[in-house]
Amino acid sequence: MFRKRIYALLTFAGCSVAFLTITAWASRLQKDTFEPYTQKIRGTSAAFDMIPIPEGTYRMGSTEDNPHHKKDEIPQHKVKIAPFWMGAHEVTWDIYEMFLNKGYEQSVSDTPLTDEVDAVSRPTTPYLDMTFGMGKENMPAIGMTQYNAIQFCKWLYTKTGVFYRLPTEAEWEYACRAGSTSSYFFGNSPEKLADYAWYANNSDDKTHPIGQKKPNPWGLYDILGNVMEWTVDQYAPESYTKYAGKTVNNPVAEATELYPRVIRGGSYKSSAEDLRSAKRFASTPDWKKIDPQMPKSNWWFPEAPFLGIRVVRPLNPPSEEEIMNYYNQPPIEDY
Amino acid sequence: MKPSRNNSRRDFMKTATLATAGATVLSPFSIPGAYAAGSDVIKIALIGCGGRGTGATFQAFETGHNIKLVAMADAFKDRLEDSYSKFLRKFGKEKVDVPEERKFIGFDAYKHAIKEADVVIIATPPGFRPYHFEEAVRQNKQVFMEKPVATDAIGIRKVLAVAEEARSKKLNVVVGLQRRYQDSYVETIKKIHDGAIGDIVGGQVFWNGGGVWVRERQPGQTEMEYQMRNWYYFNWLCGDHIVEQHVHNIDVANWVKGSYPVKAEGTGGRLVRKGKDNGEIFDHHVVLFTYDDGTVIHSECRHFPGVHNRVDETFQGTKGRCFMHAGNHGTLWDAGGNEIYKHNGENNPNPYQTEHNELFAAIAKGEYKFADAENAAKSTMTAIMGRYATYSGKVISWEEALNSEVSLMPEQLNWDAKPRVLPNEDGYYPYAIPGKTKVI
Repeated sequence: MFRKRIYALLTFAGCSVAFLTITAWASRLQKDTFEPYTQKIRGTSAAFDMIPIPEGTYRMGSTEDNPHHKKDEIPQHKVKIAPFWMGAHEVTWDIYEMFLNKGYEQSVSDTPLTDEVDAVSRPTTPYLDMTFGMGKENMPAIGMTQYNAIQFCKWLYTKTGVFYRLPTEAEWEYACRAGSTSSYFFGNSPEKLADYAWYANNSDDKTHPIGQKKPNPWGLYDILGNVMEWTVDQYAPESYTKYAGKTVNNPVAEATELYPRVIRGGSYKSSAEDLRSAKRFASTPDWKKIDPQMPKSNWWFPEAPFLGIRVVRPLNPPSEEEIMNYYNQPPIEDY
Repeated sequence: MKPSRNNSRRDFMKTATLATAGATVLSPFSIPGAYAAGSDVIKIALIGCGGRGTGATFQAFETGHNIKLVAMADAFKDRLEDSYSKFLRKFGKEKVDVPEERKFIGFDAYKHAIKEADVVIIATPPGFRPYHFEEAVRQNKQVFMEKPVATDAIGIRKVLAVAEEARSKKLNVVVGLQRRYQDSYVETIKKIHDGAIGDIVGGQVFWNGGGVWVRERQPGQTEMEYQMRNWYYFNWLCGDHIVEQHVHNIDVANWVKGSYPVKAEGTGGRLVRKGKDNGEIFDHHVVLFTYDDGTVIHSECRHFPGVHNRVDETFQGTKGRCFMHAGNHGTLWDAGGNEIYKHNGENNPNPYQTEHNELFAAIAKGEYKFADAENAAKSTMTAIMGRYATYSGKVISWEEALNSEVSLMPEQLNWDAKPRVLPNEDGYYPYAIPGKTKVI
């Protein structure tokens, strides 16, 4: 069911009925409006930039002849991706805190909150300081669960009327590679990694303001390092096995279990090897070990101060019903 | 000055030694209220079925000892049933043996629940802690109780008296100041006490965060019910966030110093917290705690969204400095700024679980090992003294604070009784005005 909905979210343009009409409409839309843009958040001074990621086919994962490959990155396989926009940056506290704290959102808004915004589920106030002393201004928000990240996207949708969601793992890797086939989008050697990423060697073990390093060829900043980024998918070490020798259309691994789920990109704590485009990470219940509540929070990973959000927006949005199904997945209780 | 400081340190270390050395081993028969010989089941009762009490009970079960939940108590039936359903789902009927007749509801519920158990978990709003602790010890039960352990000096004096009684009866008492059971703090502070950075001459402790939950008034609620539901915002129940939350960092300062402050002065107020559902508490406090050797610790707590957060502790010694925070972080530097110790926090155990593992291990062995209540009362008193300073605008001495006769508790506890602090005709509550409000 979820898979069907996700396919619909991703591949509406592939619908064969009225194919010509859709193609003409999509072509016109793409020609006229598939460009970088700045999303403003109504009633506030906050905004974020979105970068167009073109339709295309790429090789996802690693080959065995890559000396740094991991078992879960094999076999490399061809993936076809529909066009979408991706956030130029990781989501910062400046925006995220309005979602986190309704009172704060109201206090910085120049108009009253609408009933719809008021009704969005908000995170419980975290028990620990979720900035871990690393600051907020222009800094990536951290430590949220996938459920939390999805509800943040719902809040964005309610504020802007635009459908934002988490990327699929396949979309994430495609955007990160930006057309490259090497270990990093700038080559196979980590020699130049410090030009593009905050990682173990240069971060002093903390997050940094977004946008200080060079972007990837498609304009994505901190796509490697700084904080890891949530994807939609369920993680399994053998996810790619069934795709061997095939070209897959917008794949997504339906998430049905709370753990593990796919995270990408590496962080300020990661080694150079773990910042390769193909590297996969998975969420773990250990990141809630210190949570004293029972059941554990649906909203927070108090031991994941290296994990954040980058949003995407499909060029061809799904139906309102499908959007609501995506946002309204009930949380899975965590004991 | 020096002899006094040494005396305080020796007294403190005596308490710490009892809490950590575990030298006393007794036959199970020697502990009144300990589970009966011949049966290895440890019966527990939960007093206060909110999130923290539910979590603490999960942690008790996870110790792996043969524990059975036999009674539950809460002022509210819905809270009790919600908690019960979680236990039943996770642990099953064999371990969760709480039939209707052992579900106790209302203000006196705790007395009946305590009677059923060997060990009592107390996690009600902190204003009730002194009375629940008193009853548990009176009935010879061993105790896990959450912090803080009171909201005013009258409550603290009761806890200190009960702590003494628990000690004489050799009843284990663990308090949920879980940093004291957290490896990063234990190891780092041990090095400080071993002299790694010399004598502590200054420090700063912080709980600067964005605030906590609000439970808005519902139609039909009596004033008592509303205050009980939204208890964080009423001092008789909560003590204000300097007591309810910041006590953790203040306790770290006392632990590092090995003593308690002799006076407090400070400033606080309400800048952000202006709503009808925000009761009477402040949204920020800044307090200077002065210790008997002249050390001044700067204590800061605030509930301000949209600003820099900070929850950590830093101290300066004659030979270096340290930094600690609850994300398993503890670092020491020498006077030249060179790092001399950095705690490896990876895969450290959950301190909330550790405190239960240690308590139940002692109980299962028939050991008398833990007497946390006295220190918890004195650290809670430190935080209350800080609130007294910010609310009154005066320099408050330890003696003045500890002997305050200003009670926050309602005259009567029933659903139609009136708490002491009531809203005006517009629905707003009065709050402290420095220079006017009396606290002692």
